[in-house]
Amino acid sequence: MDFGSINPILLIASLMVASTPILLAALGEMVVEKAGVLNLGVEGMMITGAVVGFAIGVNTGSSWAGFATAAVAGAALSMIFAVITQVLLSNQVATGLGLTLFGLGLSSLIGKPYVGIKAPGFSKLDIPILSDIPVLGPILFRHDPMVYVSLLLVAAVWYLLTYTRAGLVLRAVGENHSAAHALGYKVVRVRFMAIAFGGAMAGLGGAYVSLVRVPQWVEGMTSGAGWIALAIVVFASWRPWRILLGAYLFGGITVLQLNLQAAGSTIPVEYLSMSPYLVTILVLVIISVRGNHGAPGSLGRVFHASH
Amino acid sequence: MSLIRLEKRPAPSRLFSALTPLMAVVATMIAGGIMFAILGANPLEAIRTIFWDPLFDPQFGPYSRPQLLVKAGPLILIATGLALGFRAGIWNIGAEGQYIMGAVVGAGAGLALYPSESPLLFPLMVLAGALGGWAWAMIPAILKTRFGTNEILVSLMLVYVAENILASVSSGLLRNPDGMGFPGSRNFRRDFPAASNTEIIENTGMHWGVVAAFIAVILAYVLMSRHKMGFAIRLAGEAPRAARFAGVSPTRLIIFCLGTAGALAGLAGLFEVTGPAGQISIDFNSGYGFTAIIVAFLGRLNPIGILLAGLLMALTYIGGELAQLMLGMPAAAIQLFQGMLLFFLLAMDVFANYRIRIGTPEVAK
Repeated sequence: MDFGSINPILLIASLMVASTPILLAALGEMVVEKAGVLNLGVEGMMITGAVVGFAIGVNTGSSWAGFATAAVAGAALSMIFAVITQVLLSNQVATGLGLTLFGLGLSSLIGKPYVGIKAPGFSKLDIPILSDIPVLGPILFRHDPMVYVSLLLVAAVWYLLTYTRAGLVLRAVGENHSAAHALGYKVVRVRFMAIAFGGAMAGLGGAYVSLVRVPQWVEGMTSGAGWIALAIVVFASWRPWRILLGAYLFGGITVLQLNLQAAGSTIPVEYLSMSPYLVTILVLVIISVRGNHGAPGSLGRVFHASH
Repeated sequence: MSLIRLEKRPAPSRLFSALTPLMAVVATMIAGGIMFAILGANPLEAIRTIFWDPLFDPQFGPYSRPQLLVKAGPLILIATGLALGFRAGIWNIGAEGQYIMGAVVGAGAGLALYPSESPLLFPLMVLAGALGGWAWAMIPAILKTRFGTNEILVSLMLVYVAENILASVSSGLLRNPDGMGFPGSRNFRRDFPAASNTEIIENTGMHWGVVAAFIAVILAYVLMSRHKMGFAIRLAGEAPRAARFAGVSPTRLIIFCLGTAGALAGLAGLFEVTGPAGQISIDFNSGYGFTAIIVAFLGRLNPIGILLAGLLMALTYIGGELAQLMLGMPAAAIQLFQGMLLFFLLAMDVFANYRIRIGTPEVAK
């Protein structure tokens, strides 16, 4: 094996790209869970975002249009979940699973004509001056705009949840929906908005996979990224900055194992490919040993106002 | 005040519990028909091709009728195990991984003894298959009971791990040494009859996996309605606090439910790989472990219901293949159709659990 062929600067730079889809999806799901809703449909919304974003990107030639439509598609799909769980009061675990299965089917149906087509380009920013700094330049300042958008979104979500009234209401609804209802907050309306946001973010994350990271459409291409995003929310104890940490950690493992594969490691490819999933399990175990601090009080419970 | 209100029923309506799956099927047919129309197919023709032709068409019937049992067998076997856990609030959604590992371990045990012709070989493989699935399910079970780790995520992550193991063994450890370097194991039906899962009655699709599925349904029915464990499962799902006071051990329940589901999924994998699939290959699994989740819910988590739901879901598989062939419908359309079925079912459940009241509520006096 040739470790020398792995360039640490490029490794860290590609880490940021590899992490962005999980970061976006996990951030969205965190907001959903902060509102007390567990949506296991992240994978389904991501893959739908991936195919819709790719299709629109190819047809319009603009990746930005692709991202925007992917967000709308993710949010639209999440509304199925919202109606069934919030209005018709179904079990969230089962409905979320259904959403994932539905999304996987929908995406391969839509994606059929797009197999083997190249994605439109998405130019990198190459920020002047900053990008010329040795080492830090290529790592931090030569990415495509979505990488920076995702970082801004982390900051925005953190600020909104911590310092604004809307964030406070959202957290109240998630911690104790009966109390929030008694105080006059519209529990169902808040949750609808949170679910839509989560769907849009998952859609964006999926589109990032198909438009930037791969970049083409392959059936089932998110390959569990949505589930890893769910795990990262637990890992992060429902805190935005830790979501960033978790996503970059997992992105790092993914990039590292891909580099090892390319460098001709003696470890068989299959064992390298399974490593991100094994590490996810390991991290989940460590987190649960430490105690599950920070889970919203009403997470996953059905809210039914009896009057 | 809104005009339509939901009023929680003291207990789920038995009438609606039985009716909702039928209502969901009808609603799915209507929504599916609209989808088929969008895809450019005649909706009525599509529905007929999926639900009627596989059974009654003089040309396709004789071929597809046996397929009904072939496809329903693994679905019923896996869903029966999953339903035990779902009823207790234990969410094993990684049955696909347990199914793959059962196939790998069971087939591996048989291939290690090639070219044995012992009559004990196949029973041994069945045992190994169940063990493989059981062991794979024990990972989330033990992590959950020892550390409280979320079983949903762990069992699902293990699906991806199992898929990679499958890819590895089908081109490595279990590859057919006489296969000229092609990936995939020896074909059990062609090269290794003593280890193959043969059709018991010719042209019915009835193989040992289907027999196992029927036995599992009966045992699960007895367990749920007559045995103390079944009572503990129901209690834990419906009233977790009461279950704790009644002395139901959550640890035992988790180990039992995940273990049983894993063993049944492992069995399904072994029967599939030695029978209909024929060999270990990178894509022998066809996603039964995930579809079984829909089957479990569609069957109301009830063994008899699962039997019927498994047959219905098998019909959509065969009908979907037929629609692909006859109407050029994409394969994914049927997956979408199955997803819709689950949505409609979950949505219709509101009728079983709540009364719909129209008009403003009366003020309590």
